[in-house]
Amino acid sequence: MQQIIGFIIRNGLGLLFLLLLGCSLWLTVNHYSFHKSKFINSSNAISGTVYSQTSSVSDYFRLKKDNEALYEENLRLKKLLLNEENSHLIDENAAFPDHTIQVIPAKVIRNSYRSQQNYITIKGGEKQGIKPDMGVINDKGIVGFVEYTSDNYATVLSVLNTKFQTVAKIKKNNHFGTLSWNGKATGFMQLTDIPRLTDLKKGDTVVTGFSSKAFPENIPIGQVESMFLDKKTNNVTLQIRLFNDMTNLNYVYVTDNLHKKEIETLEEKTVQDE
Amino acid sequence: MSSAFFQNIIRFITLILLQIIVFNNINLFGYLNPYIYIVFLILYPVNANRYGLLIAGFLLGLTMDMFSDSGGIHSAACLCLAYLRPFAFKVAFGLSYEYQTIKISKEPLVKQIVFVSIAVLIHHFVLFMLEAFSLALIGKALLKVLFSGIITLIFSLLIINLFSAQKK
Repeated sequence: MQQIIGFIIRNGLGLLFLLLLGCSLWLTVNHYSFHKSKFINSSNAISGTVYSQTSSVSDYFRLKKDNEALYEENLRLKKLLLNEENSHLIDENAAFPDHTIQVIPAKVIRNSYRSQQNYITIKGGEKQGIKPDMGVINDKGIVGFVEYTSDNYATVLSVLNTKFQTVAKIKKNNHFGTLSWNGKATGFMQLTDIPRLTDLKKGDTVVTGFSSKAFPENIPIGQVESMFLDKKTNNVTLQIRLFNDMTNLNYVYVTDNLHKKEIETLEEKTVQDE
Repeated sequence: MSSAFFQNIIRFITLILLQIIVFNNINLFGYLNPYIYIVFLILYPVNANRYGLLIAGFLLGLTMDMFSDSGGIHSAACLCLAYLRPFAFKVAFGLSYEYQTIKISKEPLVKQIVFVSIAVLIHHFVLFMLEAFSLALIGKALLKVLFSGIITLIFSLLIINLFSAQKK
């Protein structure tokens, strides 16, 4: 016993180092291996406040650019709306009986795109109705999934994260594939598992597929830039150029499918019955 | 003793805020940022308790991890730097460092560069290796260690010498 205590006293520094190193490696492995099992993240009150203060200052420097972007989006929506019959008569507060997509506005207060595991912090949390696993989009395309929420803030798993995965399809022929990021360039993502015989051209548009539960269908993602044949599976991997500039985000929309739970329960039941 | 303690706390908060508000947004060539917050561990008193240094390093890294959603990679990198700091002192200033109080900003520039380079190399190597986390991306990680390391070195030396100029 005395020897053990003596050993601890003599090597205290090394032991403390190994203990703390173990803690940080455990945090790292936890963070990289599991979806949503995080102990330390920037959706807490301290970093949320610091980031929203910083962003309230930096907002002034981009007012003009943001206004132009909002004006363009408004123009596009007006064009759609005015070509629809009686659209101006719809009461904004009327309940839509077939309304399945919920949209909550939020604002990016921190964005990262340099590492392989990128996260975005947004202002808007449980009080605004934001919950984990909801989708995040903006006017140009998809941004990510909500990963973790607190009262007023939430962290978003960016599309530029090697853990990100969603279902996407080629718009013109509805062929599905898995969209993910290889961790290399910020402007490109990869669409895998597209059958070899699919008719494809450079410049084809890729949108979200209907079986992705977090995002609404047909949200734009990007254009086909180049394609490679995977010799093992005989499937094609596509390099997709994103429409969205992930290095420049400000206002985003958090989307949720109100029937998500219903669909998931049904799917689970089907699998169990087999 | 207590004035040195408060000086360290103020330095901790200042460097963290400087890092997340200013230096994390530099994005040189698209993705390179100097990690100047490690100046805290470089300027930490030379003869201070090494247990205290380890714990301070861990807390510094943990705070950075909280702000940048990076798991525990900054904690691990800072911890390695805090543990290996005496080795860097030995290489840069010779064996006698233990018996005298060294003020880094008063040392000749060449010795400063050697010491800060070793510190930056230890920190960045652990940081970017853990960040890559897979062998496929190791080449990119090594390039990041090199380039990010060089700009961290430059900014750290500037900060170390500016901080001390104020106190004279």
